[in-house]
Amino acid sequence: MTPNTASTAGAHVSARGWSWRYGSRARPTFTHLDLEILPGERVLLLGASGSGKSTLAAGLAGVLGEDEGHERGQLLLDGVSSRAARGRVGLVLQDPENQVILHRIGDDVAFGCENLGIPQAEIWPRVRHALAAVGLNLPLDRSTSQLSGGQKQRLALAGVLAMRPGLIVLDEPTANLDPAGVHEIRAAVEAVARDTDATLVIVEHRVDVWWDLVTRVIVLDSDGTVLRDGSPAEVLEGARDRLTDAGIWLPEPSALNLIVTTIASRPPPPFDSPLLQTTMLAVGHSATAQAAASDLSLAVQPAQVHAIVGPNGAGKSTLALTLAGLLAPLAGSVTAADRLAAGTRHPEPLRWRSRELLTRIGMVFQSPEHQFLTGTVRDELLVGPRALNRRATSQIQDAHHRRADELLERLHLSHLSGAHPFTLSGGEKRRLSVATALATAPRVLILDEPTFGQDARTWAELVALFAELRSEGHALVTVTHDERLVAALADVTTSLGRDRGLPRAEEVL
Amino acid sequence: MSTEIHSPSTMLNSNGPLAAVNPLAKFVAAAVIGVVLLLSLDWVSALIALGLELLLLPFVGVAPRKLWRMLAPIIIAAPFAGLSTLLFGRAGGDLLWQAGPWHITTASVSLAIAITLRVLAIGLPGIVLFATTDPTDLADALAQLWRLPSRFVIGALAAVRMVSLMAEDWRMLSLARRARGVGDGQGPLAAFTRLFSQGFALLVLSVRRGSVLATAMEARAFGSDIPRTWARTSVFTSRDAAFVGAGVLLAGLALATSLLSGAWNFVVS
Repeated sequence: MTPNTASTAGAHVSARGWSWRYGSRARPTFTHLDLEILPGERVLLLGASGSGKSTLAAGLAGVLGEDEGHERGQLLLDGVSSRAARGRVGLVLQDPENQVILHRIGDDVAFGCENLGIPQAEIWPRVRHALAAVGLNLPLDRSTSQLSGGQKQRLALAGVLAMRPGLIVLDEPTANLDPAGVHEIRAAVEAVARDTDATLVIVEHRVDVWWDLVTRVIVLDSDGTVLRDGSPAEVLEGARDRLTDAGIWLPEPSALNLIVTTIASRPPPPFDSPLLQTTMLAVGHSATAQAAASDLSLAVQPAQVHAIVGPNGAGKSTLALTLAGLLAPLAGSVTAADRLAAGTRHPEPLRWRSRELLTRIGMVFQSPEHQFLTGTVRDELLVGPRALNRRATSQIQDAHHRRADELLERLHLSHLSGAHPFTLSGGEKRRLSVATALATAPRVLILDEPTFGQDARTWAELVALFAELRSEGHALVTVTHDERLVAALADVTTSLGRDRGLPRAEEVL
Repeated sequence: MSTEIHSPSTMLNSNGPLAAVNPLAKFVAAAVIGVVLLLSLDWVSALIALGLELLLLPFVGVAPRKLWRMLAPIIIAAPFAGLSTLLFGRAGGDLLWQAGPWHITTASVSLAIAITLRVLAIGLPGIVLFATTDPTDLADALAQLWRLPSRFVIGALAAVRMVSLMAEDWRMLSLARRARGVGDGQGPLAAFTRLFSQGFALLVLSVRRGSVLATAMEARAFGSDIPRTWARTSVFTSRDAAFVGAGVLLAGLALATSLLSGAWNFVVS
């Protein structure tokens, strides 16, 4: 394969007095940014939630539309504007689902080459080489929709590699993956770094995944200025506290560990009878009638955190939706204790009216976008209380508003109360969806990946909030890949096995 | 290393003979049959066409159960089209039965049979040929052989993949509404309001998904000024020409039989 080895030289990246402000925002994301990244450097780009990391990544990749905001200064790739450097830079985004372009693996990887006008005879060797480099040894005509999250991310990386770019930008490539998927993509990037001379820029929250791989760390402050810049060791030296304050996840976050151990070391809760119980429960989509997980007998206790862990596709989210009274079980049952079901006509949450769920079982969905119903962050928090109390007096309405303000304050969303929910960053959306469920104070709270996209500071605050809810007697059920969250909070952990219905594509071979 | 990829259809995972036929040949063949059958409203031409199609059906290489699933909608729909013609069609000939506004005459009976057969004879090849076509192959053919703008064709192709995501989004939106306490309310008005607002939410979500996808495509140099090359060459072989010929022959046989038997009645007259 010697003639196919990617031999493109790494790109030189420079930001010269670069400023950027989104059309819809009053504050600029970057003001006069100056930055030089030398060919072949491997850079980890860190910053607090909302510090503009993804904006810079998009700018470097040349996909920041000129009509999306106001720009000054230059972002250059080997002296050429990044927008004009198509094909010299490749971008991998965080969402595996929305960046698969074509139906078959081979076609998807070939897509970039076609657009660059590479002759057909050269495309397929490039495709095979790129797939081998990311360790995706599957037939070229395999359907892309059958891939797991980690495989989809590696596919996206392969599609970038096939273009032989001088700069590869990865924007939170592991954010939506389970630990196995994170491991896959880290191994693939490592192989790529070994194999090519390309310059690498990785935007991430999960610092520990990349710490050993990168040669340089750049930390952005919340105002878009460079807080620290240097080798991994230099960046840490004498700045731990400052970085922790800025919400940066550090390799061994001492302050966080303290939170984790303080919360985790509480005395075991007194035994109480469960609020929700399942017997021989099988969950899955009713359309396929194929169980994603079965024979589940769980008890959801008040004043406890129940963690549900397991690989992607094990049925965790389906279980959460079934517990929340939203999906019908395929077999077995979910039953609420009398004290939880009081006031409803049935012990099964599935039979409750939508409004009856509000104070009893709250659900935070995996994708916050599915949950938003209104045009502003503040209105979002009033939906539940209004549904409960449709003819509320002005006094009650005032109470609703106070509760909303309290939640916004608590979850660091006050400054966004007038913003449209869809314009928030990933981490902010997640906090808002947690807040909407808390607005009606449900006795059982079911959370699907509640810590997704949080920086170290907002993570710690969410965990403290959950701990507080627990001590108030709420029952919490959380589906999560976040091992720190499990360590900090879980009183009970249920581990779901691998999905038996659809084995991972590689095992089929 | 071979540079040409002959791709089996991933939608059906079958290597049936139809999957290898160029999508445009299938399209032209189905169109010829459809146009010829739309020109007349007699039952002879439809019967001959349908009979020949049924004779060919075992050779398309699709398992009977799959075939049944594919064709079920049209097999169910066709008799209904016939039934409405039977009850409401233009009266003529002898009156056979009458009740209120409904009347059945010999003319409406024969027209009903003709319509039922016709829907089946046009629908069957259309569905079978389309279902055995991989969307990627179709896009390749449209852009390379018919020179449709590649930006348009590939954009549409990428959008097709999003449709399955939309179904899942719709399901989650319904569940989320129930979880947020706004899923109650009975009666057609409440149902309509819910449907409308949820439809709007789906639209917003789809636009967002679409824009992420567009960014991913743009990041892979889609829409640049560089002339595009194609990883897969779409070729129109003599076999494809023969396939079109077979379609023409089938339509011709139906037409000729109908004309010779005197049953042909041109719709535009």
